[in-house]
Amino acid sequence: MHMDKKTKDNLITYGIVIAAFLVVEVLAMTGKLSSHMGGLLVPMTYYAIIAVALNLCVGILGELSIGHCGFMCIGAFTSATFSKVMADKIPSGPRFFIAFIIGIAVAALFGFLIGIPVLRLKGDYLAIVTLAFGEIIKNVINAFYIGVDSKGFHFSMENQMALNLESDGTMIINGAMGITGTPKDANFMIGIGVLLISLVIVLNLINSRDGRAIMAIRDNHIAAEASGINVTRYKMLAFTISAAIAGSAGVLYSHNITTLTASSQYFGYNASIMILVYVVLGGIGNIRGSVVAACILYLLPELLRGLNKYRMLIYSIVLIVMMIVNWSPKVIEWRKRTFANFGFKKKVKVVK
Amino acid sequence: MKKFNKVISAFMTSAMVTAMLAGCTDPASTATTNSQEPAQATESSSDNGATFKIGAIGPLTGGAAVYGNAVCNAAELAVEEINAAGGINGYQVEYSKEDDELNAEKSVNAYNTLKDWGMQILVGSTTSACSIAVSENTKADNMFQLTPSGSAEECVKYDNVFRVCFSDPNQGIASAQYIADHNLATKVGIIYDSSDVYSSGICQKFTEEAKDKNFEIVSSEAFTADNATDFSVQLQKAKDAGADLVFLPIYYQAASLILTQANTMDYKPVFFGVDGMDGILSVENFDTKLAEGVMLLTPFAADAKDDLTVNFVKNYQEKYGEVPNQFAADAYDAVYIIKQALEAKSVTPDMSTSDICEALKGAMTEIEASGLTSAKMTWEASGEPNKEPKAVVIKEGAYVSAE
Repeated sequence: MHMDKKTKDNLITYGIVIAAFLVVEVLAMTGKLSSHMGGLLVPMTYYAIIAVALNLCVGILGELSIGHCGFMCIGAFTSATFSKVMADKIPSGPRFFIAFIIGIAVAALFGFLIGIPVLRLKGDYLAIVTLAFGEIIKNVINAFYIGVDSKGFHFSMENQMALNLESDGTMIINGAMGITGTPKDANFMIGIGVLLISLVIVLNLINSRDGRAIMAIRDNHIAAEASGINVTRYKMLAFTISAAIAGSAGVLYSHNITTLTASSQYFGYNASIMILVYVVLGGIGNIRGSVVAACILYLLPELLRGLNKYRMLIYSIVLIVMMIVNWSPKVIEWRKRTFANFGFKKKVKVVK
Repeated sequence: MKKFNKVISAFMTSAMVTAMLAGCTDPASTATTNSQEPAQATESSSDNGATFKIGAIGPLTGGAAVYGNAVCNAAELAVEEINAAGGINGYQVEYSKEDDELNAEKSVNAYNTLKDWGMQILVGSTTSACSIAVSENTKADNMFQLTPSGSAEECVKYDNVFRVCFSDPNQGIASAQYIADHNLATKVGIIYDSSDVYSSGICQKFTEEAKDKNFEIVSSEAFTADNATDFSVQLQKAKDAGADLVFLPIYYQAASLILTQANTMDYKPVFFGVDGMDGILSVENFDTKLAEGVMLLTPFAADAKDDLTVNFVKNYQEKYGEVPNQFAADAYDAVYIIKQALEAKSVTPDMSTSDICEALKGAMTEIEASGLTSAKMTWEASGEPNKEPKAVVIKEGAYVSAE
């Protein structure tokens, strides 16, 4: 059977994810999986998903976004609000499915709306605007007070008392306290499923006619426009899909941990940069690399727990070392020479 | 593309510098130097080798490290004292702590790490949001959890979770009762921070509780974190309404400004604060004379003269080089409360975690504990503590019991 190189490459990516899933399942069934590792699995999948989403934006579309956690935040809050309201009314399976649809749809909508002004900008300017967007989302959600009682929904941006809830009412979003008590619906299998779906969407998009148009815009904006490519349309397409996938990561996030607060350590500037670190270290434009880098870099500080405070320092050093190993021209040359001796000659030629 | 790469590299550099700084700036680095391997430090085998394993979780690094270190250090101190005095029911206690960086996700990871270590009882998490996130897991595992300082209402939602501190709303109720019982005022003004859950929660309950008390709320004025510098409007309203007591359910930074501004407008009511006021005497550039006569409801004052407090403060200072705060006192009490509950049901370490939890759940509603934060504490099955609030007055720059 003849298979072109790209299809083969994509199948390897899916294969790695499925293999990782099977290995973990076997470990879990034989009782070899520690509860620490078990607890890290779902976070790993949602960080991998948002890394894939950001790589679509940064690597394929070529626009640097440092507010992607803002979309994750929208997906997390809208879906958690739905799940909390419907907690007793819909069984968990369909409820979680609808929560996904809501989270993804609202994140995509915001991606679209924000894309309209933002995508007119380029480079640093776009980066700064996306950064501002991420911060705005966070601060606006922090000012929301939403409660529900027998009379229906109450909404305020002042404080909890201004809601005038009946005594039987429950708070949904409690300002800076966010949402507590979201049902814990996410598990590793769903996480892997969502990761696979996002991979299928992104990889197929890249290899399609639309994907080639998007990459043409990245490589040379003017030439692409001159060839009759509708630049705005394709930019919007990629940005919205990227936001939607980031939203799905948010849905997983909010249904994995019962407290959801829009504070900076989860959805702020630093968190967005963290995702960008995953993407850059995994290789800009290299989707498989993003998944692997996200998993490794999320695991690393957790596995270094035994070193107490030094783990922060070691983590930073590892980042620098990984950056040099992956991207320094001298090291790349050395790698090529070394691996050439191990029978990778054919591949080296292709690269050259 | 070249320019794009430049932008990327600039951001990556800044990101890494941030990461490095985050790793280096650790405000509490002095406090944890001698606790690299707490599990081994306190490890000592009893006759048959079985030990109780108690874990603690708190932010040991980052901005809230002061709280996490206070909790983890005080719990460690209590465990060492207990071991030196012969342990619990004749068994020694092992202790371990994990960092959660004030992040709910990391707090769950920290919990799972401790579970792998063999933890049977959890003292934590230190902060509300983390404690709520962890309680979901302790509930699933049926592990007993006693949070020293998780004050949000939802922290004790499950039956296996109890707390040592007052809940946010309870502070409001306790303040209103204290003011009424001691006839401190007839007209009360309130200044609170509406952007803060802690402050607005206390204010809300205080207002509800005050309805059928012997004083009247004549002004209730809010500010937000963004305009917490000028309080002259709020103070003027309280003054015009004739308030002879101003209730300040806020943190000490804003309170110090309020006291200064009240002084310049020559308004001298009684100022009454809650535990967030603790720390007002250490504000920089604040004339502590202005705090003279300020009353606050706090579970712990490091200057108290009873033996228990004096010993605790002395030992804590010797070991960690700083004066313990109320978080430390809550955690120290938490460990002794667990000891008392374990002894009440004659629990042994070879029981399963779930059985220990069931025994402790039963014991908690029966015991009457005495500690640093209150001379008499009992618990509801809901996990809320019943304890007498302690009020202190600031006299000559120090806390003095208000009784």
